[in-house]
Amino acid sequence: MATTAETTGEVTAELGLRMYAQMTRIRAFEEQVNELYRAAKMPGLAHLYIGEEAVAVGVCEALRQEDYITSTHRGHGHCLAKGAEIERMFCELLGKEAGYCRGKGGSMHIADHENNNLGANAIVAGSAGIATGAAFSAKTRGTDQVAVCFFGEGALGQGLLYEVMNLASLMSLPVIYACENNLYNEYTHYAETTAGDITARAAAFAIPDEEVDGQDVRAVYAAATAAVARARSGGGPTFLLLNTYRFHGHHVGDVDRAYYRSKEDEERWRRERDPISLLGAWLREQGVEGEALDRIESEARAEVAAGVEAALAAPFPDPAEVDEDVYA
Amino acid sequence: MPSVQELPKEHEGTRVISLAQAVNEALAEELRRDPAVFVIGEDVAEAGTPFKVFAGLVEEFGTERVIDSPISEAGITGLGLGAAMTGLRPVVDIMFGDFLTLVMDQLANQAAKIHYMSGGRLKAPLTVRTTLGATRRSAAQHSQSLHAWVAHVPGLKVALPSTPYDAKGLLKSAIRDDNPVVVFEDKMMFQTKGRVPEDEYTIPFGVADVKRAGEDVTLVATSSMVYVALDAAQLLEQDGVSAEVVDPRTLVPLDRETLVASARKTGRVIVVDEGHRSYGASAELAAVISELAFYDLDAPVLRLAALDVPVPFSPVLEDETVPTPERVAEAAQTLVRGGDPWA
Repeated sequence: MATTAETTGEVTAELGLRMYAQMTRIRAFEEQVNELYRAAKMPGLAHLYIGEEAVAVGVCEALRQEDYITSTHRGHGHCLAKGAEIERMFCELLGKEAGYCRGKGGSMHIADHENNNLGANAIVAGSAGIATGAAFSAKTRGTDQVAVCFFGEGALGQGLLYEVMNLASLMSLPVIYACENNLYNEYTHYAETTAGDITARAAAFAIPDEEVDGQDVRAVYAAATAAVARARSGGGPTFLLLNTYRFHGHHVGDVDRAYYRSKEDEERWRRERDPISLLGAWLREQGVEGEALDRIESEARAEVAAGVEAALAAPFPDPAEVDEDVYA
Repeated sequence: MPSVQELPKEHEGTRVISLAQAVNEALAEELRRDPAVFVIGEDVAEAGTPFKVFAGLVEEFGTERVIDSPISEAGITGLGLGAAMTGLRPVVDIMFGDFLTLVMDQLANQAAKIHYMSGGRLKAPLTVRTTLGATRRSAAQHSQSLHAWVAHVPGLKVALPSTPYDAKGLLKSAIRDDNPVVVFEDKMMFQTKGRVPEDEYTIPFGVADVKRAGEDVTLVATSSMVYVALDAAQLLEQDGVSAEVVDPRTLVPLDRETLVASARKTGRVIVVDEGHRSYGASAELAAVISELAFYDLDAPVLRLAALDVPVPFSPVLEDETVPTPERVAEAAQTLVRGGDPWA
């Protein structure tokens, strides 16, 4: 979470190293999730964030712990970037008692109330109201908290998003609509589903927008910092269009995907547009030793290995808990 | 329907006010008591709702706590949910119960599940206030009684007040509840009058109310159907049949004990509810009674509910779709005589 450089949006080498650590943690976590699926050790499916790490980290580094986020079915990256612990996340993905939701939410519904992550959501625009309401709440209670609504470009097809963007603009709410355009609505290229300009949707509601290279964490951070500053100072909502790419399939089981995009395309993105490599190259230009980056990466892998080992050994909930927590 | 009824139950220190006034008082008292409470909905502030139920609230509490919204039912419910999850106690006003169809993702997928999905770590103290009931000549999209849709989803609570007293006490409890609650008021009851205490009170959820005591047959009735049942009971009394009228007041949670106790006492039960008959609230109430009181019953539990047709516009057609005192009394007579209710 941001402690310095909150107003400038400029990434120092120190901040860049922290971002590098967060992005490599997310990458290592997601690669491990894929392995759990392939080894049939994880119930259900998961939607990997690999390739999009700069978006979650660039935005969340511009936030404070008390700021709110809402997340998506592809939400592990947001959750980790907002401060979640790896072991408790693995526990949730494996349906264990020690998970963030005591095994009742799973991959698509992780919420981390300690870091004001109001939850991942399996309805693509489903959390847009929640984020907008959290921003309304912050404004009403007189705090300077902001709320970030992460959603994929697939959510542009659902009407709720536009209902609450209209409300947020009318009420000048401190909310940031962070649209992650990873190019694919599940198995369909977004150009086949999305008419007109994406940012024109924000302009129609008089919401300031900014289109950002979502593979460049420094650009994301700069845009997010400006949006957060606007929100905190009473300037109302912002719409960020973060152009990114999903390196894996829609979910871990979406392996044969040549019918909707080519291997060559995927390889080119991995080779030229990997957000971690791009940040690493910049850090080396700033004089950071390659060894330091390697050390960060091996620390992330060690943390993930320890976390998954502990989670695999952790107990499941007592079946008697099935009807607990239906009502508060 | 319904006529001005003097309730059989007496309350001390009471005045006679309308159901609309009772709802208004409940909101005003909760807005005064707790700064976290706010109201949002279409035409709730300046207009005070189309039924004038909120008249005067915006003057006392201002436009930041009594908020006129765009015609965005899902949007305001989602906003209310997010506010509820972060420290406020919203009352979202959905002008007609039919418009809940626009809100179902936010209610059923989001509000109902967030406490459970988060392992009990998040909660959503959200109140949704809306209407049910036909016979206002409002046709098929402003006349439905969709409380069963909501009651079917675990995580939501459902209140169905029938009197000004219940409307006030249940709405105050809804606002203070830490769960999402949908309160349905019959749009034909706003001018119904009844006794309401001057003093502060709330009504706990899950406590049915015996609106009239009787011996021969139990009429389990919800919302405005309570008046239909009370009128039927008067008709039956003229023929020497003693009917008990039990109002569950909340469908979720449901006071099974009171329903079953009455069924065991009379041995005959008719459920009267204005939702559609098939797969409706009346079906669930009848099933609960049949399962739990089977060996004490002398007759099958009957359902009198809205016809399984869209609500028609023409008054002569619309009046065919809802239970009436005469139909309820006739069905009760059949049960008491041991006749075949299907004949």
